Amino acid sequence: MMASSYSAKEEDGHHSGSAGLGGAAIRTRKPDNTAFKQQRLPAWQPILTAGTVLPAFFIIGLIFIPIGIGLYVTSNNIKEFEIDYTGTDMSSPCFNCSQSFSWNSTTPCKCVLFFSLDQPFESNVFMYYGLSNFYQNHRRYVKSRDDSQLNGDQRSLKEPSKECEPYRTNENKPIAPCGAIANSMFNDTLDLFYIDPNGTKTQILLIKKGIAWWTDKHVKFRNPGGSNPNLTAAFIETAKPVNWHKPVYELDIDSENNGFINEDFIVWMRTAALPTFRKLYRIIQKKNNMTPTLPRGSYSLEVTYNYPVRSFEGRKRMILSTISWMGGKNPFLGIAYITVGSICFFLGVVLLFIHHKYGNRNNSSDVPN
Amino acid sequence: QQRQKLKKCGGDEKRVDSRTIYVGHRPCPDTEAFIPSKFCDNRIVSSKYTVWNFLPKNLFEQFRRIANFYFLIIFLVQVIVDTPTSPVTSGLPLFFVITVTAIKQGYEDWLRHKADNEVNKYPVTVLEDGRSVKKESEKIKVGDVVEVVEDETFPCDLILLQSSREDGTCFVTTASLDGESNHKTHYTVPDTEKDLQALPATIECEQPQPDLYKFVGRMHIYKPEQEPAVRSLGPENLLLKGATLKNTKKIYGVAVYTGMETKMALNYQGKSQKRSAVEKSINAFLLVYLCILISKAVVCTTLKYVWQSKEGQDEPWYNQKTQKEKDTNMYLKMFTDFLSFMVLFNFIIPVSMYVTVEMQKFLGSFFITWDKDFFDPEIQEGALVNTSDLNEELGQVEYVFTDKTGTLTQNNMEFIECCIDGFQYKHRDTRSELDGFTVTDGPVNKLQQKAGQEKEELFLRALCLCHTVQVKEAGSEVLADQVDGIDGLLLPQPEEERGFIASSPDEIALVRGAMEYGFTFLGLESKSMKIKNRENNIEEYKLLHVLNFDPVRRRMSVIVQTKSGETLLFCKGADSSIFPRVRPEEVDRIRMHVERNATEGYRTLCVAYKQLSAEEYAVADTGLREARLALQDREQKLMAMYNQVETGMSLIGATAVEDRLQEEAAETMEALQGAGMKVWVLTGDKMETAKSTCYACRLFQRGTELLELTVRTLEDGRLKREEKLLELLRDYHRRAVQDAPPVKAGVTRSWSTANQDYGFIIDGATLSLVMNPPREADASQYRSLFLQICQNCTAVLCCRMAPLQKAQIVKMVKNSKGSPITLSIGDGANDVSMILEAHVGIGIKGKEGRQAVRNSDYAIPKLKHLKKLLLAHGHLYYVRIAHLVQYFFYKNLCFILPQFLYQFFCGYSQQPLYDAAYLTMYNICFTSMPILAYSLLEQHISMEILLDNAALYREIANNAMLRWRPFLYWTVLGIFQGLLFFFGVRFLFSNPALQDNGQVFGNWSYGTIVFTVLVFTVTLKLALDTRHWTWINHFVIWGSLAFYVFFSFFWGGIIWPFLKQQRLYFVFANMLSSVSAWLVIIILILLSLLPEILLVVLRKPRGPHSRQVYLFLPFPF
Repeated sequence: MMASSYSAKEEDGHHSGSAGLGGAAIRTRKPDNTAFKQQRLPAWQPILTAGTVLPAFFIIGLIFIPIGIGLYVTSNNIKEFEIDYTGTDMSSPCFNCSQSFSWNSTTPCKCVLFFSLDQPFESNVFMYYGLSNFYQNHRRYVKSRDDSQLNGDQRSLKEPSKECEPYRTNENKPIAPCGAIANSMFNDTLDLFYIDPNGTKTQILLIKKGIAWWTDKHVKFRNPGGSNPNLTAAFIETAKPVNWHKPVYELDIDSENNGFINEDFIVWMRTAALPTFRKLYRIIQKKNNMTPTLPRGSYSLEVTYNYPVRSFEGRKRMILSTISWMGGKNPFLGIAYITVGSICFFLGVVLLFIHHKYGNRNNSSDVPN
Repeated sequence: QQRQKLKKCGGDEKRVDSRTIYVGHRPCPDTEAFIPSKFCDNRIVSSKYTVWNFLPKNLFEQFRRIANFYFLIIFLVQVIVDTPTSPVTSGLPLFFVITVTAIKQGYEDWLRHKADNEVNKYPVTVLEDGRSVKKESEKIKVGDVVEVVEDETFPCDLILLQSSREDGTCFVTTASLDGESNHKTHYTVPDTEKDLQALPATIECEQPQPDLYKFVGRMHIYKPEQEPAVRSLGPENLLLKGATLKNTKKIYGVAVYTGMETKMALNYQGKSQKRSAVEKSINAFLLVYLCILISKAVVCTTLKYVWQSKEGQDEPWYNQKTQKEKDTNMYLKMFTDFLSFMVLFNFIIPVSMYVTVEMQKFLGSFFITWDKDFFDPEIQEGALVNTSDLNEELGQVEYVFTDKTGTLTQNNMEFIECCIDGFQYKHRDTRSELDGFTVTDGPVNKLQQKAGQEKEELFLRALCLCHTVQVKEAGSEVLADQVDGIDGLLLPQPEEERGFIASSPDEIALVRGAMEYGFTFLGLESKSMKIKNRENNIEEYKLLHVLNFDPVRRRMSVIVQTKSGETLLFCKGADSSIFPRVRPEEVDRIRMHVERNATEGYRTLCVAYKQLSAEEYAVADTGLREARLALQDREQKLMAMYNQVETGMSLIGATAVEDRLQEEAAETMEALQGAGMKVWVLTGDKMETAKSTCYACRLFQRGTELLELTVRTLEDGRLKREEKLLELLRDYHRRAVQDAPPVKAGVTRSWSTANQDYGFIIDGATLSLVMNPPREADASQYRSLFLQICQNCTAVLCCRMAPLQKAQIVKMVKNSKGSPITLSIGDGANDVSMILEAHVGIGIKGKEGRQAVRNSDYAIPKLKHLKKLLLAHGHLYYVRIAHLVQYFFYKNLCFILPQFLYQFFCGYSQQPLYDAAYLTMYNICFTSMPILAYSLLEQHISMEILLDNAALYREIANNAMLRWRPFLYWTVLGIFQGLLFFFGVRFLFSNPALQDNGQVFGNWSYGTIVFTVLVFTVTLKLALDTRHWTWINHFVIWGSLAFYVFFSFFWGGIIWPFLKQQRLYFVFANMLSSVSAWLVIIILILLSLLPEILLVVLRKPRGPHSRQVYLFLPFPF
């Protein structure tokens, strides 16, 4: 199609110019003898044959199987403890809290769960909360946020994005932070106590810094009014999200962790990929080399039960986990690597066998042709 | 009577079949009133758009394409309905495509405007009221008398009134119209007054029509107190716009057709578009993918409502609907949900594929024009590509229809021998013999005998007179550089050095032949032909009439008057057209020679003459003149008159002219047959001649059994022709079809010695009997028998074909079962119909002008180039584009499948898995360049091997790479990889804490990991398929991957002020900081490619060329 219109144009040009020798004389250029135009560019012509692929299979097998074993062992060495505190069971300590939940209650409902760790957690322990059947990846939910408001933009603070509907304004005041994600921020408080064999409870220090991505905390999320420490003033004329108990400027007393740059908030705002997910809640730092971070023994988890999940049949979990270089506990990668490595190795053997048994015969059978 | 009517430019003028032009706009005494009729001005408008209508018109044209329209609809849905992806994702690519096309078309149109302006503003001289006035070309009106000087092009179609040459002729080349660069002679209207200023005349002529070689008109010259003189006007009086005046100082002509009504402008109408088989496959695949798309959307919509019906799922407390959403009608919501899913998955039908395919075709076709192997030093030209739409069709040809003369043979005629009155005269180069004569013994000849002197000379005079050859003027330098039709003949005597110009090389050969025997044609001067005879005396003949050659009559005649007053008619033509018109007793003596010559592969012509008595001549003269002046049905009337005059002649002899085979004709034909193509020779020539050419070209071989179906074999005393035909057809069918073992694919002819080869010969008359049998009911039976026989023959020869019959044959094969791809190759005007009819039309830049080239899809200088064009270029183009198409569908399938699967995990909420930037850029930037480079540069088998092993061509026959099985393979591969990408990452994300600081990844990280695996896998898959790695391939493959990484960093590295959401902020960088992400990416890429690698290895090359040939078909058949 293109070429035809091209040549039409050429003919058009004809009658105007080239009065002398006629068009024929002008078109007599011999095509350039360049490698590109003659399709003779030097080229590497790899051919995958059993000969080249076989070693690759063996090498892949030999590399992948150790990696897989390493991953599997690493994953197995990660200690993880998980406790469900939803309170759907009558027997569960949080049953009452989950049943008697009401948005308006001013007194927080508390419940305490006891558990014991069979093995000590040696290195830093990461405390996660997990939610199930919670569709943080629902489209209506994912888009219900205003990133420029969270970035400290004054105009968006006063005039949040339309995407935040129906969590955009409350009583004619703009909601800060607006949107469904912010509105549904996880607000259970989890406290962890170590119970000595002799019965004394010691609260374990939970560190709430370093749980969010550094770039989120320092660039993507910013309080309005810049470094002005008076957050209350910055958030004046805004309403708190309807389901929140406290406004955003009272999330923490530490001004470095308050407002939009509160790390719990930032973590929540990174929407999960799947309806069952976990989010980092606190970090328990290792104190010294002598004692494990969490020794064996009994623990109690005190939950301030604020977050209802019964209505959508969700579950809430608290997870304690150590972390390796590959992240949290997940045997999948190790198994995958071992499997693929073995398959490659096995295929290599089979191919070698085929190659030796049939390769020669194939070659000879070509000759008559 | 004169009819006048107001005519609109280019309007429908069918009602008025002639126009009247007043020369110089002067009223003529005889006419009632001078009403200046309106014709369109002399402005050429080849441009399509103006500044004002460009945008709407161009957009309209573009959105008429189904693909563009589809994407426009998607875009509009995105704008109107609340859809998961922003309108930008589909709007941007669409905008890109539309803009690029618009710019291209706009630029081309601008060039056309420029060219138009150059033509329209060209200064011309017009005679007005006795003065020469300079005007712009576009101001010329019909009826203006225009002056044109040497080397100028004619500004409009002119009737030649006056020439600076004394004999009232002028020379013209039409190189830019039809490419024929030889000089054509045009004549002034006879007996016009010298004073053009006061020439009272009208011209009556037909309405404009596009045929360059037809023109009928009549000129009335009014003289005071006299009957107006009437002169007939023919194409020889018409100077076409675009042609150039040569060898003549100055001419005057009156404009008859101007502007868009000139024959040149009327010829600009585009040809009908040919579509390639690949395009049909694309459309079929597209339909499949459309079904997949719709079913995906339906499945998701259904599941969404099933899922929502469960309590608490549709609207949990944390994710309330807006008031507007709550108010929407349920069914409307379902519909918009369906549309949203469509939008979400619409990337499965790639908009960019159309752009890439078009770019590939456009750019790829340059390789044909660039190929220096197609360059012919003789004519200083290479190949020409008229359309790039059919590149891949060159690799799919099953039937080749070739012309004989000029295609298989050189059309470079050499006089071999003649036969006078039954005696054979063969000229030898040895000049020692007396008179340059030798008489060899023909098989039936009396030894050393000659025809009578009188007969001999009569014959030679006939050769000298019966033609339309012009003598090249000595000293004319302009003529010396002409290539076409010129044959500089060097005789020993330097003063005899002369060249001849003629439309047909046969004629030159004959004139030269006569020269060898002592009769030299000296030229034609003011209607008298001069001949120098053996005694070196000059004889003069008055040329009275030329009865021109035409392919239907297959003969031409001249009527001349000798000095002594005798009127003679000389006629030469094909034996079949001469024999019935001479006395039968003369025929037998000559027929033997003619047939023997024909078997040897020579072109034979018979020469006859007749003496006309004065009365006979008078009748003929008036008849011819009347017929020439007729405005309507002139052709038919002339034909009838010719037939009437050319009767009762006596045969004097026959000539044999050799037409040499083209270079490498036999090798080329053998290669084509080796490649599994069936070669049919369609020629207007005699059967014997054509048959010998076929043998020479090795189309027929010694072992070939010939099945003949000609007028001769049908002649059977017992049976009627139709019955005999049926009997023969059945007999041949039994032999060639039923008894023959089924043809095994992959076996070339040379190996199948056990099989009997069949050749089929049919002639035009029999063919028309087969095509249009007397009883209509038999037609289909005849035809299918005929086709089946032909399909089982290795070569078919159709001789004595009229041009239209050639096209008929092509059409019949084209529409037969399995609709095979046909290719026609020819060089002359008589091949145009079959070139246009076939799927691929190839023109040879031969000696018979440029019409074939102009109407072809590809033009090559020589027949031998066909081999490379098909076996190397065609094969590669097909493989490239087939791979391109399959790859595009594949890469979009595994692009969208994870997004589809993600719906099952996000509550069917149309949440996109990938960021909008990735969705948009995937097809435009990340994965488009490698496949484009592949589809331009790939040589899975090198050209040399392709040329050496013609059988390789069979491996891609029948659209092998784009049939359902390969398509299924690619689709399964795409589905497998899509599943792998999604679920691999899904299992990884069962614990989203993937960083060594315990932090978790969200949904955008999930999408980014899948996308990274995807981009790398599809690119590396292409790398695996690439057999020919030039630096360009390396550059684009590794470059695209690097660009993807760079872009992801860049896109995630900045808070973009124009984005509503900073979804990807540092997602990519964080992903790379996670070891687990790296590991999962690596293993998924490897696992995706593993089956492919395995297949390659297990599918060990088989067949004869195992060492070089890599079978690229997923499942070789």
